[in-house]
Amino acid sequence: MSEALIRVQTRAVAERLRLLRSLVRETAASAGLGDDGVRDVVLAVDEACQNVVRHAYAQAQSERPLELEVLSDAGSLTFVLRDAGRAVDLDAIRPGPPDALRPGGRGLYLIRQVMDRVEHRPGPGGTGNELRLSKLIPREAR
Amino acid sequence: MNITTTTRDTTAIVSLSGDVDLETSPQVRKALLAALGSGSDAVLADLAEVTYIDSSGVASLVEALQKARGAGKRFALVAVSDAAHRVLELARLDRVFTIHASVEDACG
Repeated sequence: MSEALIRVQTRAVAERLRLLRSLVRETAASAGLGDDGVRDVVLAVDEACQNVVRHAYAQAQSERPLELEVLSDAGSLTFVLRDAGRAVDLDAIRPGPPDALRPGGRGLYLIRQVMDRVEHRPGPGGTGNELRLSKLIPREAR
Repeated sequence: MNITTTTRDTTAIVSLSGDVDLETSPQVRKALLAALGSGSDAVLADLAEVTYIDSSGVASLVEALQKARGAGKRFALVAVSDAAHRVLELARLDRVFTIHASVEDACG
């Protein structure tokens, strides 16, 4: 049975990412992830939020709801991100390491490197996206 | 996030401190490209005080490296913080950039 540790709603804009990172950092640390794990999930959730800011919503769109929920169960932490933007097809994004000298395209690669499970589904009613990122909690911290 | 550019002989040193993220990386990109566009023949990005860097920050560094190569200039990272090094490693870029332990090493 999983328990919701926090659930926050904000606007998907670059200026909110710092605040979201500090929430993720504190939540993950209190759940016993340890320094390396905390650093990893902060990066993954930040990259995922960034994708919502940059790709799910059009630049001019002013309503840009973004919800972050953190679920805890005995063995893992799951970060659920929900947006109401354009549905993104994660499978269409190349999963391998990006070309060394191409500036962009690293976000999803980093997320997959550091998280134990990445699941994407369309939002309720087929609009928006729901992304679930899970990280196992080291056994000694449970 | 703070960005300071200093010059030592013909080398421009762009020192970054704080979080390099989607909000701040455009300023980093601008500072790096400005340093490359100046008369200097080498640009160093000092990452000692970088507390966090994301893929947009890494993209700014990659772009600077490309521009430097195109212009026949040297671009290197110095004093990379643990936080920044971890992300470069994850992105498999830790061997793409030249990395020096300090500005003195890079200039020596």
